Amino acid sequence: MSDERGGGRGRGKSGDRDKGKGGDAPRRGGFFRRRRVCKFCAEKIDYINYKDVRLLAPFLPERGKIQPRRISGTCALHQRKLQVAIKRARQLALIPYVTD
Amino acid sequence: MSTSRQYELVYIVTPDASEAQIAELHTQIEQIVQRYQGTFDKTENWGRRKLAYEIGHHREGTYVVETITGSGELMKEIDRRLRVIDQVIRHLVVRVDEELRVAERTRDARKTTQARRRTARGLPPEPQPGEGRSGDNDQDDDREGVEVQR
Repeated sequence: MSDERGGGRGRGKSGDRDKGKGGDAPRRGGFFRRRRVCKFCAEKIDYINYKDVRLLAPFLPERGKIQPRRISGTCALHQRKLQVAIKRARQLALIPYVTD
Repeated sequence: MSTSRQYELVYIVTPDASEAQIAELHTQIEQIVQRYQGTFDKTENWGRRKLAYEIGHHREGTYVVETITGSGELMKEIDRRLRVIDQVIRHLVVRVDEELRVAERTRDARKTTQARRRTARGLPPEPQPGEGRSGDNDQDDDREGVEVQR
């Protein structure tokens, strides 16, 4: 998926250099996370439903904490909405508060 | 005077409640809704589901989702009643009309901008099937347009 995107962008390389920080170089922590596009913007999800566990699950790493924006790449608007949705889902025991 | 707003009510019933008891709970809520001149839009029974964490020594629960249109007082009353009923181990009331309206508005806005941009590029306003790369991504399309000019 990410390869495809890289190919499409290839032509405008010079203009994209400032944006594509660490585009090809591996991240310092050895983590392999490259998705820097907000999932909700890309897939045009307007309403983040708190009952849809499958939608929320990718933003909750093993520990059950909400993944920060700098890692998931979610935009500010959607991170805010996501946060509310996750908190509601937690109240309903759809998603754990903590897992150890 | 009563304002009408759309709410979503989710409640979790103990796993040892029978079907009849769940139905009875539902009619109780229905009665409250009728008393306050609200309307019942939708009911969804998710059935038994594992809880993500223990609630009062229960590991499972029956989820019921109801969509109700009515006033704030109505929901207050429902909230109060559910709090008292022991069979309901957890419940949540969420006002959804505004959120859905916002979602609708953003969807409409996107559609109109897409149509405007497409007509500006001399394309039919609606995307044709089989057009573009995998899926069809509005933002990517725009970026590509800029690159072509360069």
